[in-house]
Amino acid sequence: MPDYLKLYCQTSELAELRKYLQSRLESSPISDALKLQLILAVEEVCANLIIHSHNCDKSEHIQVLVSQNQKEIVFEIRDQGNAFNILEYNTPEIKEVVGEKRKGGLGIILIKKIMDEIKFSTANGTNICSLVKKI
Amino acid sequence: MLELKHIEESPNHILEVQGEIDASNSVQLDEAMQEVIRTGTKNILVDCSGLEYISSAGLGVFMSYLEDFKEQGISFKIYGLSEKVFEVFKILGLDQLIPIFTDKDAALAS
Repeated sequence: MPDYLKLYCQTSELAELRKYLQSRLESSPISDALKLQLILAVEEVCANLIIHSHNCDKSEHIQVLVSQNQKEIVFEIRDQGNAFNILEYNTPEIKEVVGEKRKGGLGIILIKKIMDEIKFSTANGTNICSLVKKI
Repeated sequence: MLELKHIEESPNHILEVQGEIDASNSVQLDEAMQEVIRTGTKNILVDCSGLEYISSAGLGVFMSYLEDFKEQGISFKIYGLSEKVFEVFKILGLDQLIPIFTDKDAALAS
């Protein structure tokens, strides 16, 4: 199994991402429902990057790494696009999303509700978004 | 992989959703919803018993119509969600905004 997944920047790759994460979480002592939620949160970050930072340019890619120990699972998403720091985005209220009939904003709510910690850093042109789930 | 089927069982229109919905195919769900709405029906049901996964792109499609449905007096119900997928609806509080039922009979009886 590779140490990381190289994900080309097109939305059709998201199914590949889910397959990869599923296999990495296979042996985790967490429920299937939580596995699905973690996969969803990571996918939301990656979909945002693919669409908004990389404009679905399939010649570009992002990297996804998973590490886990007895206390936590850490997902690291690295890319070299325009920094998309989800921590800087206000989390909308669900009622606002309905009222404005907008299709965006839900992903950020999901990421923040599912994960215990979100970190973002940029160094030497590489952005790293870390998502931590305590187990 | 996503499969969508529009079934008319007068006076209800049922949209059967099977597979996974993400940012790559949520536009198909949107088109299917529009097709159902164009019939002018006041009773829309979405059968999610074959829905294995849905990301915010798909959930956003459902949510974007809620206000219109309210204004136009259209009844919109979802049924057949698996426990795992239902959890995702609950995280967002969508179970408070959309009537969700365990199966078709329960949805029709309400």
